[in-house]
Amino acid sequence: MIDRSLSQQLDDLDKGEYSSVELTQTYLDRIENHQSLNAFVSLSENVLDEARQADQLRAAGERKPLLGIPIAHKDIFCEAGVRTTAGSKMLDNFISPYDSTVVSLLRNAGALSLGKTNMDEFAMGSSNESSYFGAVKNPWQVDRVPGGSSGGSAAAVAARLCAAATGTDTGGSIRQPAAFCGVTGIKPTYGRVSRWGMIAYASSLDQAGPLATTAEDCARLLSVMAGVDEKDSTSSAVQVEAYSKSLSHDLKGKKIGLCLEYMEGLDPAMSRIIEEAMAVLSTLGAEFIDISLPTSPMAIPAYYIIAPAECSANLSRYDGVRFGYRCENPENLEDLYKRSRSESFGQEVKNRIMVGAFALSAGYYDAYYKKAQQIRRLIKNDFLEAFKSVDAILGPTTPGPAFKIGENADDPQAMYLQDIYTISANLAGLPAISLPAGFIGNLPAGIQLIGNYFEEATLLNLGHQFQAQTDWHKQTPELST
Amino acid sequence: MDVTEEVVRNIAELVQLKVDDADIQQLTKGMQNILALADQMQAIDTDGIEPVSNPLDASQKLRPDAITEGNQRELFQSIAPATEAGLYLVPRVVE
Repeated sequence: MIDRSLSQQLDDLDKGEYSSVELTQTYLDRIENHQSLNAFVSLSENVLDEARQADQLRAAGERKPLLGIPIAHKDIFCEAGVRTTAGSKMLDNFISPYDSTVVSLLRNAGALSLGKTNMDEFAMGSSNESSYFGAVKNPWQVDRVPGGSSGGSAAAVAARLCAAATGTDTGGSIRQPAAFCGVTGIKPTYGRVSRWGMIAYASSLDQAGPLATTAEDCARLLSVMAGVDEKDSTSSAVQVEAYSKSLSHDLKGKKIGLCLEYMEGLDPAMSRIIEEAMAVLSTLGAEFIDISLPTSPMAIPAYYIIAPAECSANLSRYDGVRFGYRCENPENLEDLYKRSRSESFGQEVKNRIMVGAFALSAGYYDAYYKKAQQIRRLIKNDFLEAFKSVDAILGPTTPGPAFKIGENADDPQAMYLQDIYTISANLAGLPAISLPAGFIGNLPAGIQLIGNYFEEATLLNLGHQFQAQTDWHKQTPELST
Repeated sequence: MDVTEEVVRNIAELVQLKVDDADIQQLTKGMQNILALADQMQAIDTDGIEPVSNPLDASQKLRPDAITEGNQRELFQSIAPATEAGLYLVPRVVE
């Protein structure tokens, strides 16, 4: 069962090859046997009951897009009555009173929730090491990071602890862990998926998306997750395409841009992965055109002002008064605020809150925040220019394969540079997908395709056609129990 | 940009983080690491460039000013650290 993709599992359930209860129990057993990966923060209490109900519904002839399929949710999505921590001590005791739109849409489509996956604290990190619940291990090599911040979701899918999981991506947090773990992940256009009930990090960059083994599965999940939501005023009313229907489209005549700035100085092993992927896509009829994104080297500097600025505002809600962690025996109200926050936020979160407030403060606003938002315009303009001549832009997802746990702990700048190829898409608000495309040693490597606004269908089509010709996405790590 | 201890203490006050003398060095380093990256932006001329605040350049949607949600005070207060008679409890502010 576990070597079947989510789409195949749906067929199997329809044919009665196995039941949702059997499938769910198989995953629960695997999760228990591989607890050492630390991919999950918590497990659902009644998922087997829900599986039983799904089996009954199916037997009664009911059909829903994901009926009876167990998936996992990044612990950033609020689920009513369920502990939702965002990987932070601040929310260790937080039981969400309501559902995020993503969780409720997936549940209404028949998906079951196995549990909540581990993540960098408040999604701030590229390695999962900043989680209050400890680092997640990469199933391919357990002394390596799974990437972040959706590292628990990527590790869980890679280890086949679930067929798919939700994630969020502010600067690469779906795509980078997908690449490090050898799975498929898509960050949709900004506003494509509702952010309601998704714990906020940087609201103009945050976007939810699926991680799964295949582009086909991502298409199926995104079809359910996407759409306008009156509870999120930034969600888009642009009509959601039937992503699964365009998967089989021919790639003949598709134009793919190769970004010169991304290829310059790229590690030779990653260059080889890109060249091999180009060869596959060329045989399918895609044409390659050199393009330039001249402002792209400025993406990381701009991101590390914009994201912290928004984070400092978003995280001001954690005050120890209404929910979350509260310090013991506060002397007065100020002491209550300060100690509740200081005792429960990790160092990286504090660093970003501080930088954000600094960049927004009088005297520095123009030099930092306004400057970053202007650079964001230049980055967006670069893409708009490129998309006049191409349908998608190809490049690496990451500079290299997964690094060792602790390797970048003393070198935060090296950690920040992990997202060098992914951040531009967030700043411009564009969709982007990461696909498994080879190995460096025994570690997976990913390619990224960036699309024009609301062109998720194009990216999923390219991904599906690429996966029809390759089997990188079918490789699984050997796990010790 | 060099971050001084005075700047760190001032910002910590603004964001309501308690900073002990032992924390100053770590926070200063943390901020400097990020700002050193950010300072690279100064190499780009952005005169006259319109800043982006929404990636789709969308403006805030408006809706009628009407109540759409019922009162859920009890539910929301059930997860609060301390409440009494429908109010959130904090240390005494006015003596």
